[in-house]
Amino acid sequence: MPVDLKVPSVGESITEVFIGSWLKREGESVEKDEAVVEVETDKATLEVPASVSGVLSQVLKQEGDAAAVGEVIARIEPGAVAAAGRAPERVAAASPEGAPGDGDEGAPEGAAGRVEAEARARGGAGPTVMPAADRLLREHDLDAARVPASGPGGRLLKEDVQRYLAAEGEAPGAAEAAPPPAGRREEVVPMSPLRRRVAQRLVQAQQAAALLTTFNEVDMSAVMALRKTYRDEFESRYQVRLGFMSFFVKAAIDALKRFPQLNAEIREDTIVYKDYFDIGVAVSSQKGLVVPVVRDAERLSFAELESVIGDFGRRARENRLTPEELQGGTFTISNGGVFGSLMSTPIVNPPQSGVLGMHAIQERPVAVNGQVEIRPMMYLALTYDHRLVDGREAVTFLKRIKEAVESPARILLEV
Amino acid sequence: MPRHDIVIVGAGPGGYVAAIRGAQLGFDVAVVEKEAALGGTCVRVGCIPSKALLESSELYLEARGHLTEHGVNAKEVTLDLAAMQARKRRVVERNTDGVAFLFKKNHVTRYQGVGELKGGGKVRVHGADGPEELDATHIVLATGSMPVSLPGVTLDGDLIGTSTEALAYDRVPESLVVIGAGYIGLELGSVWARLGAEVTVLEYLDRILPGLDLGTANDALKLLKRQGLRFHLGARVTGARLTGKGKSRHVVVEVEGADPVPAARVLVAVGRRPATEGLGLEVAGVELDEGGRVTVDAAFATSAEGVYAIGDLTAGPMLAHRAEEDGVALMENLAGGHARVDYDLVPGVVYTDPEIATVGRSEEQLAEAGVPYRKGVFPFSANGRARALGRTDGRVKILAHRDTDRVLGVHVIGPRAGDLIAEAVAAMTFHASAEDLARTIHAHPTLAEVVKEAALAVDGRAIHM
Repeated sequence: MPVDLKVPSVGESITEVFIGSWLKREGESVEKDEAVVEVETDKATLEVPASVSGVLSQVLKQEGDAAAVGEVIARIEPGAVAAAGRAPERVAAASPEGAPGDGDEGAPEGAAGRVEAEARARGGAGPTVMPAADRLLREHDLDAARVPASGPGGRLLKEDVQRYLAAEGEAPGAAEAAPPPAGRREEVVPMSPLRRRVAQRLVQAQQAAALLTTFNEVDMSAVMALRKTYRDEFESRYQVRLGFMSFFVKAAIDALKRFPQLNAEIREDTIVYKDYFDIGVAVSSQKGLVVPVVRDAERLSFAELESVIGDFGRRARENRLTPEELQGGTFTISNGGVFGSLMSTPIVNPPQSGVLGMHAIQERPVAVNGQVEIRPMMYLALTYDHRLVDGREAVTFLKRIKEAVESPARILLEV
Repeated sequence: MPRHDIVIVGAGPGGYVAAIRGAQLGFDVAVVEKEAALGGTCVRVGCIPSKALLESSELYLEARGHLTEHGVNAKEVTLDLAAMQARKRRVVERNTDGVAFLFKKNHVTRYQGVGELKGGGKVRVHGADGPEELDATHIVLATGSMPVSLPGVTLDGDLIGTSTEALAYDRVPESLVVIGAGYIGLELGSVWARLGAEVTVLEYLDRILPGLDLGTANDALKLLKRQGLRFHLGARVTGARLTGKGKSRHVVVEVEGADPVPAARVLVAVGRRPATEGLGLEVAGVELDEGGRVTVDAAFATSAEGVYAIGDLTAGPMLAHRAEEDGVALMENLAGGHARVDYDLVPGVVYTDPEIATVGRSEEQLAEAGVPYRKGVFPFSANGRARALGRTDGRVKILAHRDTDRVLGVHVIGPRAGDLIAEAVAAMTFHASAEDLARTIHAHPTLAEVVKEAALAVDGRAIHM
């Protein structure tokens, strides 16, 4: 009896995932607990392990397909051993996202993808698709399972696809637009769920809030000196490097305590202040910047902060952050500096009301006590929701962070 | 006292189909019917005999004229009305016997007599051998409807009659006045016009086939006029009187503001009303609405507990197939199911030549409701099969929502329209778009291709136009 591989529960409120890539191919052996497939949600990508050892006997969902939580996406024949010399090519050929118009070479692949889609349309896993809906799905390279079906017996109607396209902001018939001029090519690639989610949230933030950015700059000499002095001792004691992030998190929490509006959110007609500090820290992953949240950051030491953030960074690169870790947050620290940005205006992550932007450290001449000195300088940006935060508060908040980073003793003494 | 799970009063299409379905579901079912023959109005004096006469009269007309067009020359074609009527009776008998056979097969108990509710789950049957009382868990009223007349027009059961008489004339009347241009009047008017009667249709409204899509009704009017039927629209009939003696005895129909119309016979076809008399509804506590129809809820339950009503007795289209669906849904619900009848998708067919068939909403209804729609029309004259048949009159019209393309109404006038409409009903039941219909493969050459072409025409891309 084959064992079903189902989409695991990936967090509350998430009912649907998209199949990322199959790490094992049909016919390949898998070990118990070995990752078989990556699934994507709008928050994160995670791996689904095999529950038994055996052979991946059947792959039911192709890359890019939607699947419900609990849905069977593959079957594993327990105890079986992979037949020698058989394996890969089937899954590879079935990818529906093959670039269009690759000339003769691409044609057989496209045809194979079409047969796959047809099999699905005719009542495999997805809904029963009415003929006109089927045409429209193909025209827009959509998966039937992705579109909510309203017809009798769960049939997918033409109007369902139209509604879906309208909601996606894509007018029906858009795909029939004139092809690009000869010799030039456009590639139409579906947005990944992560990209779509990011896009939605950013637009939402811009539309719903009154965003304003204030700037300042910070002299990093003191922090750098402190790091230099204690680096080895810190590292040998905590097995973690003393970085800049922990200073900024500490400084931000200190400032947030003074200006609770920046740790608050607007809910309907009320303002909700929070006595906890869940700080989102932007880290880079393969799929762009993600913002895992350090919970109760005010209770963590420098070493604990460094360790948590370091772990986030590693797991982000491996696509192993869980959706829960990316949810919530009361304030965010973004670091455009890792890519070399000197100055930027970060966007608030709703419903938060502030985001601190860190940037590249650059040696610049500055006037210190009437003398021109070369100092390691960093520009700071604070984007805030003006509905909740007044300009004076925002400016003072950012100035407080500057002061705390420039004289870290202030963090200790809370002055 | 005999006891049954279900006692159904009336063995028309609603009652007899309900009885068979109920028996299939394991109920002990009995049917009370006053007539000796089962099948009700439809089978005995309605749909079935009229279709028999329509077919016969059409063949007569064909043999007298159209056959030569095919190169078939028939000499001395004559009408034997007695034989035609005898055939009609045989067709009816085959059907009524068929119902009796189905009752036996399904062990449905049959009581002959007039059924009357006595309250508390009791039905009295007034039969030939005196009354008998039945005890039932559920009682289903399915007594159907009967023709109505107009003030001043007294039915005499002979020269001034209803469809029942018009189905059984033993001679072709020289002239026939049909009061009412609904489907019954037009069908029977067609029969007698084909057989040689001078037919005049008087209609109170300024259109024929009230309720039907107006464009389709107007097309029908043109075609029927071409066949020799005369129409007097906007005519208010105020009375009909018998005059003359012996062979010259005839009827004079009075029309307000116009000359009286003399006729050898008059067919009153102005509508039907629920047959509720003598049913004991008051005793049982079954309420009626202001139109004299039995009030029922969505589950066919009347105001009296354990008493249900289906078909023509209740509000909704007075059509046999609708009553049948009511009966099936009721039985399935009594057995614990959840069936329902979508009254928006009850097709209607008029068996004139060409036939007219319609389902869903008319252009007027859509306009009134402010629903934006697109229209696809395709004529039978551009269809190969229709040309081969020599039946190129008419067209298919499909109305689809302007934005969603969902099919909202299909109106067919043309050969075998009654059969062609089935596809449209199925499609609409599945919420199909016009494009769905257009993408459905239709065999070639068939009349059904006209449906496909009309669906294509909704999007302005019919092939054969």
